Formats: sequence, structure tokens, C-alpha cells
Amino acid sequence: MEPNWQLVRKLSTLKKRARIIQQIRAFFIAHDFLEIETPHRIPANAPELNIEAIPTDDWFLQTSPELCMKRLLAAGYDRLFQICRCWRSGERGTRHLPEYSMLEWYHRHHDYHRLMDDCEALFLDISSGDQLTWHNNIIDLTPPWPRITVSEAFAQFSSITLETALVTNEFDTIMALEIEPNLPIDRPTFLIEYPAQHASLARTKPSDPLIAERFELYVGGMEIANAFSELTDPAEQQLRFNQEETQRREAGKTPYPPAVAFLKELDTLDPSCGIALGVDRLIMLFCDKDVIDDVVSFTPEEL
Amino acid sequence: MYSCSDLKKGLKLLIDGDPHVIVQYDFTKPGKGQALYKCKLRNMITGALFDRTYRSGESFSPASLEERDMQYLYQDDSGYVFMDKKSYEQVILTEETLGDDKYFLVDNMDVEILMYGERAIGISLPIFVNLRVSQSDPWVKGDTAAGNNKPATVETGYTLQVPSFVDEGTLIQIDTRTGNYVTRVKE
Repeated sequence: MEPNWQLVRKLSTLKKRARIIQQIRAFFIAHDFLEIETPHRIPANAPELNIEAIPTDDWFLQTSPELCMKRLLAAGYDRLFQICRCWRSGERGTRHLPEYSMLEWYHRHHDYHRLMDDCEALFLDISSGDQLTWHNNIIDLTPPWPRITVSEAFAQFSSITLETALVTNEFDTIMALEIEPNLPIDRPTFLIEYPAQHASLARTKPSDPLIAERFELYVGGMEIANAFSELTDPAEQQLRFNQEETQRREAGKTPYPPAVAFLKELDTLDPSCGIALGVDRLIMLFCDKDVIDDVVSFTPEEL
Repeated sequence: MYSCSDLKKGLKLLIDGDPHVIVQYDFTKPGKGQALYKCKLRNMITGALFDRTYRSGESFSPASLEERDMQYLYQDDSGYVFMDKKSYEQVILTEETLGDDKYFLVDNMDVEILMYGERAIGISLPIFVNLRVSQSDPWVKGDTAAGNNKPATVETGYTLQVPSFVDEGTLIQIDTRTGNYVTRVKE
């Protein structure tokens, strides 16, 4: 029998993948971050209306390591990073796998602006020059990358206003079908300042309680990372978790238990910021691959 | 009933009373938002192609189509000709109806013909088909890296990526679900 060609042909990409992950580690270690491992299997994830955790015994596989990472920050750890597996049920498409690799990093005493600087520095560190080619498009990585507010993006690209989209529950649809396809391709772009109701774990702007200090990074029009200044008020966080959990139950979704230890320890969390970046998508960019299947050894369908 | 999580390429749904097939499918999710299921659908009666995006929570009726065992005979000006193996009755499917499935038909191959009442509206392919490479550039000497591939065209006109060691005239197995090369076939 001939060796499995679909595996043979991935060798060069998987070599490059390994190298990129080593570069990511080296970048954070050089910037004095501590690499942390936290359990993949946890009693409770943060309740989010649109993220389905996979149950295992009485617990769940993590959908993100964020709650454990923030508990460490709350205990006084300054700069943390983790590269780990996350699981989200039902997410499978050309840019989604139900099991995928996530990079998260956190700073104590900084806000989300610092994370935008980090993203620029990380990409420049991984790329050998100041540009990369993806989908036959040249993406200019020279910092600073453009920052566009969600409100500006709606004004520019959406067929309805942001206010209407929030009332009619079309925010996500407009984002996916009208805004994302029109974001710049030739420059990485930070979409910043999300409506507070679309940022359950983020701090709101001191100047505007309706706007959260959250951003999404898009590169080549593809969503790469989600970041925010952390909400550090346990009472407010409890309230938002309750709202998300109520919405989950109303929508008939699996009820999640409360994240008790996280909510308790949030009390000692100093102003901080954190980001989650999709490692597989980052590798798609640097290996010039259109489909996530091409940058992992096995997709679920191949097992 | 199907839910959004059942949607995938090749699934057949009843929409406004007509059977439709999903010819392209993608799952997308903006930020932490609601999942969207982007489908390109073909009306299996009229052949019309259109895009539709569904949101989680929607449900779909399966298009229950009778499958009839037939053999693919040949292609001529009228289209692609199949024969019922029991009754010897012949049916003809057009290129538009077959879509990309036309690339995976080999003379005398057994296929399931999908019937809508008495009308043939599509086929159900075997998972693997063997097709002969009709055109591919020769292996470049010195190209010894494992895993290198090159484009090749098979006898039906379908083009795919194959390993660099596959020569013209080689019989190869293709996975009809993905359209990908699987292996060379020993003859």
C-alpha cells in the first residue's frame, strides 16, 4: 500500500508549523512572560451564549483557558502566556475546528492598547520581512496597523445602523456578511470598541459605559485574535454571567454551572488585559493556506 | 428534521417543496457571535443555484428521494446516459444536473440514481472512484522532497493535485467527497 498521501503532503507545512510555534514561545519568553499550563478539563467555563463546551464526566473541556489564567493574574502573576488546546462543540468550517490550538497572553497593569502593540511585534518577529503573502494578496505588516471602531465600520460598510443591528439582534450577521468581507486585505486591522453587550468579560471605557475596551484583529480579512481590558469588578462580572446564563437557558442550551472560584478571586485582580489568538489561523497566514485542514495533522473527519 | 449542525456538502433538503442539494458549505462565526451556516444550494428540479445563510436554531426537512440502482453507460449530445440494471430502462441526466459529479463517472460504473417521482434528478456516487491520469507534467528531476505535488488532469477532465511520482496513464483512486487523491491503483 502507498503511504497516506494527505499526510505525506503536509510534511513541509507541519515543519513550518512547528517552527512558528517555537518562534511564538521564544518571543514571549524573550519579553519576560511566564509560560503556564492550566487544566484542559474544568468544572465551568465562562457562560457565553454562543459558545458550546463539550461535557466530560461532570465537567467540561475548556473553551478557553481564560478563567484559570485570570486567577493566576489575580494572585499577582504579571505576564503570562499559554499555548493549548481548546474545544468548541459544533464549530467546523474552512476556518474552524472543534478542537484547535489557542495562544493566550495576559499583562497585569496594562490595557488593550498594549495587546495591539504586542500583536504587531509578534507578527513582525515571526515573519522574515515586513510583509506576508496570503491568498495572492500582499499584506503590509509595517506598524502601526489601522484601528477602526465598530461604530465606524458599521457607518462605512453596513446596510443598517449599529443601533438597529443591536436592537434587531443582527449584529453578528452584519459583522460576518457585510463588515468582515470589506475590511482591508492589504493591512492587518484592529476592529476596536465593541458594544458592551458584546463583551461579557471586558471592561467598559471610563468615558463611555456602553462601549467595551475590546478588539478583534483581522489579517487578510480573517479574524485572528480577540482581546480586551479585563473586567475586574466581581459584582459586575457576576451580573453579566447571570445575563449570559439566562439567555443560554432561554435559548434551550446546556446550563453551565457558575464559575465560583474565578468570581471569588476576581476581587484581587488589578487592571489587566488579555488576548486569545487562533494559532492554526496564524499558521494558515504564514504558510499561505486557505483552509484550516491544511495546517493540522488530522482533521476530525480523518480520524 | 435536520438542524444546522447536520448541514454539509451533498446534503439534500426540501425547500419550498423542491428538493435541493448543498453544493458548497461553510461554517462561520464572527468573534464571539452567533454561528452562521453559509450554503450554496442547487434546486434539483430547476437547476437554479443560489446562496443562503442560516442561523443556529433553524431546522430543515430532508428531501426523501428514492434511489435506483443503475449503471452509467456513456455521454452523448443528449447528456449522460444511465440504465436501470433490472428493467433496462434508460435515463438521461444533463451536465447542469450532475454538476461536479460528472467528473467522477466512469463507463459501466454502478451508481444510485436519485428519483423525484418518476424523474431522475441526480446521482449518488460511490465514495471512491478510480480514474486514469490523462495529462500531468513529468516529474522534475531533482525534485526529491517528500510530499511535493503537482496538478494532474484525469480522463473526465477533472484537475487535482497528485504526488509528483504519479505519471500520465496511471490509474488513481479519488475520494469523491473531497475530490482529493488517495492512492495509485495497482493494475
